[in-house]
This record gives sequence, C-alpha cells and structure tokens, in this order.
Amino acid sequence: MPFAWFVALRYLRDAKGQTALILAAVSVGVSVIVFLSALINGLQASLIDKTLGSQPHVTVRVPREAPRALVEPTAETAIARNVQATSQRLRSIDQWPLVMADLERVAGVTAVAPLVTGAGFARRGDAKLPIAVRGIDAERFLSILDVRRSIVAGRYDVAGGNVLVASTLATDLGVAPGDKLRMTTSEGVDDTVTVAGVFTLGNEAVDSTWVLTSLRHAQSLYALPGGATSLELKVADVFDAERVAQTAHDRSGLDAQSWMKRNAELLAGLSAQSGSKAVIQFFVVVAVALGIASVLIVSVVQKSREIGILRAVGTAPRRVLAVFLIQGGVLGLLGSIVGSAFGALLSKLFESMARDPNGAPKFPIELDLSLFAATAALATGVGLLAAVIPARRAARLDPAKAIRNG
Amino acid sequence: MADAAERPLLRVEAAVKEYGERVKTVALAGVDLSLDAGEFAALVGPSGSGKSTLLNLVGLLDRPTSGRIWLGDTETTALDEAGLTAVRARMLGFVFQFHHLLPAFTAVENVMLPEWGDTGFASKALRRRAEELLHAVGLADRMSYRTTDLSGGQQQRVAVARALVRRPPLVLADEPTGNLDTESSHEVLELMRRFNRELGTTFLVVTHDPRIADACDRVVELVDGRVESDHRAAPR
Ligand SMILES: Nc1ncnc2c1ncn2[C@@H]1O[C@H](COP(=O)(O)OP(=O)(O)OP(=O)(O)O)[C@@H](O)[C@H]1O
Ligand SMILES: [Mg+2]
Repeated sequence: MPFAWFVALRYLRDAKGQTALILAAVSVGVSVIVFLSALINGLQASLIDKTLGSQPHVTVRVPREAPRALVEPTAETAIARNVQATSQRLRSIDQWPLVMADLERVAGVTAVAPLVTGAGFARRGDAKLPIAVRGIDAERFLSILDVRRSIVAGRYDVAGGNVLVASTLATDLGVAPGDKLRMTTSEGVDDTVTVAGVFTLGNEAVDSTWVLTSLRHAQSLYALPGGATSLELKVADVFDAERVAQTAHDRSGLDAQSWMKRNAELLAGLSAQSGSKAVIQFFVVVAVALGIASVLIVSVVQKSREIGILRAVGTAPRRVLAVFLIQGGVLGLLGSIVGSAFGALLSKLFESMARDPNGAPKFPIELDLSLFAATAALATGVGLLAAVIPARRAARLDPAKAIRNG
Repeated sequence: MADAAERPLLRVEAAVKEYGERVKTVALAGVDLSLDAGEFAALVGPSGSGKSTLLNLVGLLDRPTSGRIWLGDTETTALDEAGLTAVRARMLGFVFQFHHLLPAFTAVENVMLPEWGDTGFASKALRRRAEELLHAVGLADRMSYRTTDLSGGQQQRVAVARALVRRPPLVLADEPTGNLDTESSHEVLELMRRFNRELGTTFLVVTHDPRIADACDRVVELVDGRVESDHRAAPR
C-alpha cells in the first residue's frame, strides 16, 4: 500500500471516536441529500407523468385566423376601428399526410397521429352535456395516449359507429358500454352512436368531456372529408418537446404547441421546487465540508509533532499533503456510502408509510444508481476539497519546531 | 592522511543561530566544523551550549541565521524546502534527543519510516533490513508493538535502528543513550561503531556520558555557542 494511504488509514483508524463522529455527520448530510432528491424527483416525475397521461407532447394545427382590417392606417390617415374577432371555423391541415410524414422525420419524434377535433353536445334522455369530439386513428393514437390501458369498462373500439366515452361524462349521461348516445356537433350535424367503452385519463377536464370516435366519423360530422384538424406528436424526451415544437413549426408553418407551453405554470412550480431543493442541498454540502475540514484541522494540530517527525526523517511535503487529502476523500466516500444506504432506507420507509387508499404511494420515490453515484462523487469531492486547507497546513509545518521538545 | 585532499563529508562555516525577534538568544555564535567521511565524533558541552541547535542545522531541520553548511558537494543554505527534504532523505539519519517515534506505527514500521516516507513504498527488502536492525538492538520480540507500549530505553533503540535503516553516510544522534542503562548504552554504542567500521558511516553523537565520549575518535566541545576544543584521539 502506498505510504500516504497507509498513514491516512492508520490515522483514521486510530482516531476511532473522531472518525465515527464525522462519518455519522457526513452520513446524515448525505442521507438528507439522497432522501430529498429521491422524494422531489419522484414527485416531479409522477406529476409530469400524470400531466402527460391526458395530453400529447406536441400539438400541431392550423394557425388561428387573425382578424384583419380592410384598410390599414398610413402616416397621414388615422383610422378609428372596431374589429370583431372572427369566429374560428374548423379547417383541415393542407395535405396533412405529407406534413405527417415530414414530422415523423424530425429528430426526437417517436410518433405522430392525425385527429379531427371539434365541439358538440351529447344527449341522452333529458341530459344534454357539452363534449369534445376527437376523431382518432385507432392504431396511431395509442402511441400518443395509451387509452387502451385506461379503459375501465367495455373495449377499445371506435370502428363502425362505436365511440369511447370518458368516465365522468359517462356517469353524468348515465351510459354504459352497449348504450346508444345522440350527439350534435357545433355545426348542427346529428348522429346516434354506440358506446363501446369507457375510459379514464385522470384529468377531470378530459374525463368529463372527451368522446373518442374514428377519424372518418369525425370527418363526416364536421364536413371535412379526408381532413385532419391537428397532428399530435410524441417525443422521446419530454423536456425536449418545446424544441421539437419549434422545429415542427419551422418546417410546416403550422401552429405547434408543446405541453411545456401549455403547462408553463406547472413547470415554473417544479423549477421553483428544484431550486429550493438545490439551496437546501447546497447548505447541507457546506455543513458537511465544514465538518470534515474542522475535524482535519484539529487532527493536524494534534499530530503536528508526528508530522514534524515524518518530515524530519525524509517524508516529502507533498506526501504529507496526500495523507490529509486522502483522509478527507475517504471520510467523504465512506460517509456517502453509509448515507446513501440510510437515505434509501428512509425514502422507502416514507414511501410505504404514506399511501393512497388504493395502495399507490402518495409520494412516489425515485431511487436510481446515478443518484448514488453522483452523491458519492460529490461527497468524495467535497471531502477532498475540505481537506485542502488542513492538508496544506500540515505540509507546511516546520519540522524543527515540531521535534524541538519532547 | 591519504584522503586529506578529499572534500569533507560535512563542513560548517561560521554558523550563527539566533532565536527570538526582540530579545535575541544567540544559540550559536559562529561555529566552524568539518567531518570527514568515516569519522566517529562526539559533541559535548554543558546544557544550553547549543549542541542540539547545531545538530538541527546540520540535519537541515532549521536554517542558520548566517553562515554556510555543505553536505558532500551540496551547499545547503541555498536550497528550498523540497531540496532540503531530498538531501535529508539521501544523506542523513537522525536520532533525536527525545527519540520521537510515531505512536501510530509499530516498532518495525517506525524503523521503515525514512525510506518508506521518501519513496512512498515499503519493499520486502526494506522490511527485512528493518527487522534485522531491530534484532541487532535486541528488540526481535517487540517488532510489532506500538511504540507507546515500549519502555523508554526500548524506544531509544528503535530510534537508533530507524536512523540506520537507509545506511545514510552521516548519522546525527542527540544523546542516543540518554535513557539507557549501562549495558544497553554499551550495546547501542557497539551497534553504531559496527556500522561505522563496516559501512564507513560517519557519526556525530551528542553525549553527556564521558564513557561514550571516550569511545569516540574525536571530541568536539561546545561552550556558549562556540567550539571550545576539538580533540582527536590517537588512532587505535
Ligand atoms: N526555539 C528556540 N527559541 C529560543 N531559544 C532557543 C530555542 N531553541 C534553543 N534555544 C536556546 O538556544 C540555546 C541552545 O539550546 P540547545 O537546545 O542547542 O542546547 P543543548 O546544548 O542541546 O542543551 P541540552 O544539553 O540541555 O540539550 C539555549 O539557551 C536555548 O534556550
Ligand atoms: Mg540538546
């Protein structure tokens, strides 16, 4: 074993009480970091998961028609105007199959699906409720939102006059699979369909309005033969969605909106949460560093005579430096191992204690290897850094002073 | 003498050492001294006369206020800390007045220290040499004791073994037999004389013990920081 390692480990082992104490302190710090990361990462992941469970990553559609004045003002003429917003009529994306094929080639895009979406009413008996009609390509749509897995009654089928009704809407209308349903579109077209299945996506706005039907059916309901009002995209990395939306917009000239834009408030909240997590972790790291540094400084003072002897009999200053750097690094690393284990335990305990009635954890915990690796690297680095000042002090000790007196 | 033309192993020229900032203590007031390779010299003098101070300067543990010190071909006052450490590692062995062993190490580890701390590695050969030396100073059965579990005299002998382990050309010993009984003193002295005889190791030994001084080839006497007398015994 190299000399510096031997001496460093011997010193750590000999000062059992001190070593145990600082290891405990480092472990506590590390477990706080691990626990906090696991909890907040888990919470955020599940929030985002929930959000994306009922919306596409990116939606591409025809730009809204902006109201235009008949006469534009010039330098000489001022015009008093009162421009009415135009009512938006449903329009199809021009040559959408080509656009779809093009968007499929954008880097990061894993799936594209065409839709015809519009508003309308559903009637059954006396009930008349507003609905959002979504005409989907049964196969393609599954890669955007996995509705098949969200079916709570009946089956996933939108072919031949079958529709899927969202759960709250189904309850409000009092329909179950097999029942007939009358729907009227905003354009005034009437039709009677059969409920094939009921689904729930966990988002109240969606679950109380959505009716899924086939693309063809929606095309005929809204008089858009062969058309598609929007394309919905799935991307590989959800946080890449905004960039993909930009690219999609640049390539197609269409409106492209990412879930990140739609949920800007949620994301701002998450990033504030991440920020406060970072602040807490920063102070924990500082406390750990100060702890290691102070223990090593005390150790250098206690051992100044021994260090003087080492120097006097021919040990180079840089080797003395290494002895204390190693102690710092080892304390950090050992502390991070114990602390990671403890933090993981704490997280699991916390997760198992707080559960929803259905048994799902209230606070899902996300523990992965990269978190442990990062924490270990961080703690080792902090230990090394904390040891720099004590180590330099040790290396600079004057051997004559140290050995002068018994 | 045949090798009179050769450069001495150690040459101290007008070494002055003052301590203190406002109230100055003059520990050495201009010392000239040279040792040839192979000499076995005693450094004697009353307490406070500057013996340890001179040894610290020669041992490159401290710098003179003025004056120069050569070890072999190297003028040492011009060296930086790393340079001093290197010369110390290559040329010098120490037995300190307060033997100064490391309590965190066992006896044999302490003996290995000078080479181990310098090269960074403990070779098998080094361990064997250290064990042989401990054997020679009568501590064969105490090799892996922590030094805190050894008696004062035993610690002293470990310190002597440590000074010799690298077979340095010059060994500086500050009262190496100070805490030893007559018999152990004699053994330690014999060990050093054997190294002197067989390997040509040069010794500068501070002592209060007239019997030790008598056994040396040369006796240098310090009084009040100056060389008072310098006798060579008749060759035996
Ligand atoms: N660090 C120091 N600061 C101030 N004065 C010192 C220091 N070290 C030594 N001295 C003084 O220098 C003088 C010489 O001390 P030194 O230790 O060399 O004596 P010595 O000959 O070794 O004595 P002893 O035989 O008692 O060991 C003494 O007067 C001592 O007080
Ligand atoms: Mg002395």
